[in-house]
Amino acid sequence: MSPQVEKEVLQQVSVAPGDGVGPEITQATLRILSAAKVPLQFNTIDMGLKVWEQGLTSGVTEASWQSIRDSGVLLKGPMTTPQGSGMKSLNVTLRKSLGLFANVRPVRSYTPYVASHHPDVDLVIIRENEEDLYAGIEHRQTQDVVQCLKLVSRPGCERIVRYAFEFVMTRKRKRLTCMTKDNIMKLTDGLFHEVFDEVAKEYPEVQADHMIVDIGMARVASDPASFDVIVTPNLYGDILSDIAAEVAGSVGMAPSANIGESISIFEAIHGSAPDIAGQNIANPSGLLISAVKMLAHLGLGDYAELIHNAWLCTIEEGIHTKDVYQGGKGYQCVGTDEFASAVIERLGKTSKT
Amino acid sequence: MAVHTVVLIPGDGIGPEITDAVLAVLEAAGAQIEWVRHQAGITALETSGEVLPADTLEAIEHHGVALKGPCTTPVGEGFSSVNVQLRKTFDLYAAVRPVRSLPGVKTRYEDVDLIIIRENTEGLYSGVENEVTPGVVMSMKVATENGCERIAKWAFRFATQRQREKITVFHKANIMKMTDGLFLRSAEYTHRHDYPNIEYTSAIIDAGCMRLVQDPSQFDVLLLENLYGDVISDLCAGLVGGLGVVPGANYGEKEAIFEAVHGSAPDIAGKNIANPLALLMSAVMMLNYLAETTEDNSLLDVAARIREAYDEALQAGEKTRDLGGNLGTAEFAQAVIKRIKHN
Ligand SMILES: Nc1ncnc2c1ncn2[C@@H]1O[C@H](COP(=O)(O)OP(=O)(O)OP(=O)(O)O)[C@@H](O)[C@H]1O
Ligand SMILES: Nc1ncnc2c1ncn2[C@@H]1O[C@H](COP(=O)(O)OP(=O)(O)OP(=O)(O)O)[C@@H](O)[C@H]1O
Ligand SMILES: [Mg+2]
Ligand SMILES: [Mg+2]
Repeated sequence: MSPQVEKEVLQQVSVAPGDGVGPEITQATLRILSAAKVPLQFNTIDMGLKVWEQGLTSGVTEASWQSIRDSGVLLKGPMTTPQGSGMKSLNVTLRKSLGLFANVRPVRSYTPYVASHHPDVDLVIIRENEEDLYAGIEHRQTQDVVQCLKLVSRPGCERIVRYAFEFVMTRKRKRLTCMTKDNIMKLTDGLFHEVFDEVAKEYPEVQADHMIVDIGMARVASDPASFDVIVTPNLYGDILSDIAAEVAGSVGMAPSANIGESISIFEAIHGSAPDIAGQNIANPSGLLISAVKMLAHLGLGDYAELIHNAWLCTIEEGIHTKDVYQGGKGYQCVGTDEFASAVIERLGKTSKT
Repeated sequence: MAVHTVVLIPGDGIGPEITDAVLAVLEAAGAQIEWVRHQAGITALETSGEVLPADTLEAIEHHGVALKGPCTTPVGEGFSSVNVQLRKTFDLYAAVRPVRSLPGVKTRYEDVDLIIIRENTEGLYSGVENEVTPGVVMSMKVATENGCERIAKWAFRFATQRQREKITVFHKANIMKMTDGLFLRSAEYTHRHDYPNIEYTSAIIDAGCMRLVQDPSQFDVLLLENLYGDVISDLCAGLVGGLGVVPGANYGEKEAIFEAVHGSAPDIAGKNIANPLALLMSAVMMLNYLAETTEDNSLLDVAARIREAYDEALQAGEKTRDLGGNLGTAEFAQAVIKRIKHN
């Protein structure tokens, strides 16, 4: 390769379209990114069902691992883990192999454009992504007893808790709520809570508090607008983010980022939704907004703004996919593809909100 | 009608006043119950030096049924929780919480009528925790064949008795293949072998919770492992108006304890403000249980008439303050009593 060409080499991004609705929402998202002329080079890689069917139990090919390691960034569609097949969850494999310790899930409501009982939701869930019950350490103790280890380490807690406090500071948020069940799990959840209290002392500007997770979840479901940023162990974060996204509007709209020291993965929080796959009705917003977060992460803030504005305008003008469409005057129900085209037409417009 | 003997634990804080209200309603409805009073919680600590005195435990063991107000366990003084002690002593492995939309209590959701059955002895509540190496700690999640099987059987039997149609298990067996896998398989097996007439479904817990907040009325009976049950009980209570309006029961092989699941609310104790509804609903569950275990069917009728009466009172806007009404604890009880139909 000549030095001439190397100068023009663009930042690489790996793209895994995924299963079910994955390919169609990925295509819609890429179409918008390329219409916005983002200066990125997209490399499509194989991952998921197709790879499993070829006999690779990890669901990821060697070439795909290489591509992700080289680019450092993956835009990822949803993957189906065949149930009861003894297959490991692909998401867990990626998070653990690549050291993606933080899972960041912002949840917003878009009322009045998208119906929600909770108009003022603007919260972020920061979920610990590597420890807890997800380590997959299980064994048969006796003929009748099986066990699963919930593992929590001090460095693991410190990393995620610090990340959360820094997040609050840099995003100019105010409050950070820690949720655990340390009244029962005094050592594991207790350690998470203890580290939270210790680190909180270094951030006197942040309003830090703690809630028992059962009460916290009930509160998120009934009054999500009262939260700002939440940091919580893996399993609770998993459940909490689906609840929050749904009460705010739709799981089809929520983005997420998996953050590691050197590699990040951006993906929608929803699954592969096989029930609606291939019908051009899936909402591409979750993946598109994840891509917007990716642009900001790569220092392409202007492009992120451009696309986010066009998307907001589309939503505000009442152009909706089926999952959020409510009917009514001035509202229009469109397919995945048409939605993407509507966003492209609005590139350059500024939203009202 | 036979007379039944039940242990009564009024509890702490608002416990005594809501207990008085509930006893008045039960008496007015003609429930033939002889109450044997015992203490637990702070009140017991002050008189006997123990949060759960031996005579209280003996009485429950002897009579087999108890109605219990909220009991506070003092924190940080080495006392283990009253509720945990009761659960362990009597091996109360099935915790049940019916969650129902109430007339006159406006929430986002309508027509919710689900029953949550929680396994209450295993999972992460085993208390087995230790430091693996400095800086790394672990909690042990335990599932046993026996534990999973008995709760599955209990749930399907209960669903059959209450004429319920469908049981749904929430789980995370895609990650915890052995522990949650065992729970799931036991339920599936019980359905297939013993109760094929009751519909059985399962959902991964995060997707299940999403559907739950979307529309809780799509579920009938939920069967859950301990931690999931804990979290989802509170979540569901939140959907229909909070812990103040849901009852609870804990069942073992021989004993059953019925209780309000809210706390002792010391901030409003002694002011005749507290809502006795949750404890009253628990008492209705207790009457149904007594009817089944003693084959005294007249109690089913008493229970139905109490339930009808409080539904009507709520519908008419006769409610305590926490539900947006203006009645005191005793006045609400009177409003219910006034509406009890006598046959
Ligand atoms: N992008 C989307 N647009 C519209 N509806 C969606 C979208 N994502 C999810 N849904 C709806 O929400 C339901 C639950 O979705 P989800 O795909 O997360 O779980 P799932 O069907 O169990 O998939 P998986 O097995 O991959 O986890 C879907 O069946 C679908 O109807
Ligand atoms: N039955 C009730 N009627 C009216 N309000 C209630 C009732 N139960 C609880 N509340 C309200 O909800 C608040 C939280 O109550 P709860 O008693 O459950 O927790 P708590 O005060 O921590 O008690 P405890 O220490 O016994 O757990 C109370 O302060 C009270 O205002
Ligand atoms: Mg999830
Ligand atoms: Mg609880």
